[in-house]
Order: sequence, then C-alpha cells, then structure tokens
Amino acid sequence: MSYGHARLDRMFAALRQEGRGGLGIFVTAGDPDRETGQKILAGLPSAGADMIEFGMPFSDPMADGPSIQASSLRALKAGATLASTLDMLRTFRAGDADTPVVLMGYYNPIYSYGVEAFLDEAIAAGADGLIVVDLPPEEDAELCLPARAKNLPFVRLTTPTTHDGRLPAVLVNTAGFVYYVSITGITGTQTVPRDLAAAAVKRLKNHTDLPVAVGFGIKTPEDVRAIASVADAAIVGSAVVERIRDSLDAEGQATVATVDGVLSFVGELAAGVRGGRV
Amino acid sequence: MSTALNTYRNGPDEGGHFGIFGGRFVAETLMPLVLEVEKAYTAAKQDSAFIDEFEYYKQHYIGRPSPLFLAARLSAHYGGAKLYLKRDELNHTGAHKINNVMGQALLARRMGKTKIIAETGAGQHGVATATACALFGMECEVYMGAEDVRRQKPNVDRMRLLGATVVPVTSGSGTLKDAMNEALRTWVAKAETHFYIIGTVAGPHPYPAMVRDFQSVIGEELRWQLEEFEGPGRLPDTLIACIGGGSNAMGLFHPFLDDESVEIIGVEAAGHGLDSGAHAASLTGGRPGVLHGNRTYLLQDDDGQIAEAHSISAGLDYPGIGPEHAWLHESGRVRYESATDTEALEAFALCSRLEGIIPALEPSHALAYAGKILPDLPPDHIVVMNMCGRGDKDLEAVLPRLEDMGLLAP
Repeated sequence: MSYGHARLDRMFAALRQEGRGGLGIFVTAGDPDRETGQKILAGLPSAGADMIEFGMPFSDPMADGPSIQASSLRALKAGATLASTLDMLRTFRAGDADTPVVLMGYYNPIYSYGVEAFLDEAIAAGADGLIVVDLPPEEDAELCLPARAKNLPFVRLTTPTTHDGRLPAVLVNTAGFVYYVSITGITGTQTVPRDLAAAAVKRLKNHTDLPVAVGFGIKTPEDVRAIASVADAAIVGSAVVERIRDSLDAEGQATVATVDGVLSFVGELAAGVRGGRV
Repeated sequence: MSTALNTYRNGPDEGGHFGIFGGRFVAETLMPLVLEVEKAYTAAKQDSAFIDEFEYYKQHYIGRPSPLFLAARLSAHYGGAKLYLKRDELNHTGAHKINNVMGQALLARRMGKTKIIAETGAGQHGVATATACALFGMECEVYMGAEDVRRQKPNVDRMRLLGATVVPVTSGSGTLKDAMNEALRTWVAKAETHFYIIGTVAGPHPYPAMVRDFQSVIGEELRWQLEEFEGPGRLPDTLIACIGGGSNAMGLFHPFLDDESVEIIGVEAAGHGLDSGAHAASLTGGRPGVLHGNRTYLLQDDDGQIAEAHSISAGLDYPGIGPEHAWLHESGRVRYESATDTEALEAFALCSRLEGIIPALEPSHALAYAGKILPDLPPDHIVVMNMCGRGDKDLEAVLPRLEDMGLLAP
C-alpha cells in the first residue's frame, strides 16, 4: 500500500508547527554489514533523525566524495543488493510507521532490476520518495514519470548551476520536497555559508511551494543549526558514514562501538536542529 | 530516431538517443554545462571560421591526411585478401586521439574556457589533450587510473613534459572507468570554469556525436585514398577497427554506414578469453545499462553493479562502449567480434616484423581478428584496418610477454 506523500507531508507540517527545520540523515543500506546497518536504521528516529535518506549502494557513485564511495563499497562487499536494500526498508517499516524514508542512489541498479518491479516493491516496502542522482529532467520518462504515476514522490536535486531559466523544468515533476545541493561539487567536501544557503532557499521558494531541504557539505551540529534555520531541513551524509568508518576494526568489521557511535553523533546533530531558529 | 531506417547516419535524435542508447544521464550540476556544450557545438559545426580553423590544425599540426598503406607482406603472410592499413598512428602524438582533441580544444577556446580536464586509459588521449593545451596555452588536468599510470609510464612522462598535471586514480581497479568517474567528479566541482574533453564516443549527449564527427575524417579520407589505389568508385569490402569506447572505429565506420556493400567489423578485447570473465567485451559479454552519462552495453553483475573489465591494452580496458556502437550492434549493421590478449600480442609482433610498423596494443586486436578472416577471402577482396596508434608506449609492458612467447629476435 502506498502512503504517497503522506509521511513527508505530515513531517514537514509537524516541523512547521514546532517552528524548526528538520534533520535528514543519510546512511548507505548495508553499511558496514546488513545486521549492523539494520540496527543503525532502526535507531535513527529515536536518535533524532526526522527523515532518512537510505542510500542504494552503487559501484560507481559519480556524484559522491570518498566517504560515501567507501560506504557504498563496504556495503557491496558485505553483499548488499537492491533487493536487500528494499528488504531492510521493509524490516524498518515493521517497527516504524511514521519516519519518512527516501531511497537515494543511481539509476543503473534500478534499471537492471526493472523500473516497474522496483517501484512496486519500493512502495510496498514503505518508501516515501526517490532521489536518483543521474536522472535529470531530460530523462524524466525513465523513472520520474512512472514513479509519479504510482504517487511515489520523485525528489529532484537542484544545484547552484541550476539557473532561473532552468528551474521551472527542474521543478515541474518534483514532489515531496526539493533537495538543494548547496555546493557545486561532490558530497562531503566544502561547507556552504549560511547566508548563501538562505539566499538559495529563497530563490527556490520563489519558484515552488514545496519544502526545501539542503544537503552536501553539512557536517557538524553547528552546520545543521545554521542550515536548518534557513531551510525546511538539513541533510547530513558523509559525516555520518565517516562515523561508521571510524568505528570499524582493522578488518573493516563492525565493533560494539559502531551502532552507538553513529547514533550518538546523530543525537548531537539533532540537538543542533532542536536548538531552534537562530 | 525513426525505426524505419533508410540511413544509419542521421542519429542521434534531439535528446542524444541512438535507438534506446545514448541520452544524458548526468547529475543536475552538470546538466546546464552539457546543454551549453551542445549549443556551442551546434553553432560551431555550422560556422565556416570554426571549420577552417579545425582544417588548418588537422593539416599543419596533426599532419593529415594520414597515409593509406597496402600491407603487402602481411597480406602475403595471411594469403588471401588485400590488407590496407589506415595509418593514423602517424598523426602527431601517435594515435587517432588528437583528431578529436583538436576539435574539442578549439570548441573550448571558442567558449572562452581556458581550463581543461580529461580522462585517459592508455594515455594517448591524455597526451593529445596535454599537447593541445600546450599549443593553446590552456591549463590541463588528466585523470588516469593508478594501474594505467604504472603500465603506460612513457605517456605519463610525456604529459608531464607538456605541462599537464596527471592525477592518479586509486579507486576501483585503477583503470579507465575509475579515471572517468574521477574526471566527472572533478567536472561537477569545477563545472563553471572547466571544459571536459572526453576521449571517446561516450558520455552524455552531445559527446558521442561530437567525438564521432571529429573522428570521421578517418573514413572520409579513406574513401578518396582507396580510389587512388584501386580506381574510381572502388569501396573497401571490409572495414576493421578495435573498440574500447570506440572512437577510432566510429571515425572509420561512420562515413561508410550507408554503403551496403561494405562489411563492417568492430573488435573488442577478449582479455583472457570471453569465458574467463576477465575481458572487456561489453557487446559480447554485457547487457544494456546506464553509466557515465549514457545508456549502452555494460559489463555488470545481476544487481546492476559495474564489473571490472580486463585487457592487456589499457585503451580497451573499459566495461562500456559508445552508445552508437550499441545501436549499430542491435541493428545488425556492424558485426562485433573479439580478440584475446595473446592473439593481440602475436599480431603486435607479427606486424612489427613484417611491415616495420610497431602497432599499439589496441589496433593489434583488430589485426589479430583480420588475420582470422583474411586467408579465406578472395585476392580481390579489400580489407582496411585502422592502425589507430603506435606501440612505443606499450614496449615496457609487452616485451617481457613477447620474450616469454619467443617472439623477439635474439
């Protein structure tokens, strides 16, 4: 059964009521292994994540920096597949009916799986949206329009290079929220100053009524506080998977510190958004 | 593109599709740039000033036309058809790559870009790009897999001498696929200031079509050159070229796609053998997928994760192929075959010994396949193979293997 936009809409409405921006946390499905990844996923909401970007591992993540590349490779090495990613989501949903989960990744594994089968299973597993990095509006017929037809939001990335003339074309089939990539670059590199983020969000709001989440280069509770004060949500990815990396033993296996280490970091980030608007 | 074909030469469509292949599968950050390149290229190719400038550098700097040469001793050795070699290894910098680089560098200059990034496998595209950047006073960064840096050292040295920064890429298997990932990541980060010179007929539209257009000089020259040898109106009977991404092949093939009598064969790298799993034959051993900006045939696992390719030739060591080749494969107009590492090494030695031409490992694959069909063809049958690069760069890697195979003079 599809919730369509419901979970995302409810979350953004609740955030507005609380008068704060939300915290989105990115983790790669099956990083560092399925069992540990499932525990991290299950713990994210109570650690303070308002929404989850659930990364579908890919061998060649062209828009990602070294941290998320490594995270993806760890998951693949541990046996992750698109099917196991959907399975993890299904398990998560059995224990959490409220937290929005957006599947994020690259097109080839989805294309290989089959678009229709993927959409049906993602919806049945409890996905609330899709972010697919290498599908610009020029390729909407591939996945965006089929997803819309099934009422599954296709969340579009907009970037500093998306000029005003192009924005309407980028936003037209976007649903759920708009993901603003705050830097011209790959994930986990430089951090955007608050003023620039504020100006960018304002520019987007002139073109859309959808909530705007900001990601790429947001690493610390201070960053989160600054960005969440000017956007509807701040998304943290690289810094989170770096906590996973740092907790592993010499063989790259999870340790007793892995789950707690990640979740306590998410707790610190959450304190940033709950500090209220600056 | 219409499926009712009366020509194979009018692709791609507006969205960059050759049938279902091609397209523009890139991150939004790059999309405005890709559209800008397309607009600039569309204008440039209709501008006589651009065309004249490109012609000038082709003639006076690259040294075109490249000769067509009847390889009489190889023909006699195989005993059958006549084998001609299109000598693109005699171009400045030693391969066909400079044809395309010169076109893109002139386009970048026209767009006011002075910083260039490129990926390279064997290093020939990197050297060509570093060369054009030196010529035009542009900054140049070349991304090259760490494994390729090791096995193609002479080209690394040449790039550095020419003033380019060579960035070794250690992710993945440290070969061409990984270099392309890293070049794309850099382009994402520097999109507003840098021009990306892609080295093969792949990537997001308009690159596959643009690179093909710049390389088509190979086939266009062949048409009149062969007439000089064989008489007016004489077409080649068979064309053969090696394929990694497929730019030298597309340059040779494209002008002849609508000449029905011409048989066209692309030769992929079969590595240790197609059954070994260690090869780079994406059409023979892969299936359609999306990578590096286009839909094409890819080596991948059941989950859509991209597989590592293997070939002794760094220039063919890539798990994909240009989208127009994927379409020509499915339409049946071009036949795609393969040759193994060992077969290529034997051809490498044979061509050196019989013709005094040391071929690059890449065209050695094409020659190896030519050697399989030549003996069974009649004496008046004309086979033209693209000798797309020279082998100096390969000596260090190849000599120990040839020694082991007993193919070196004492």
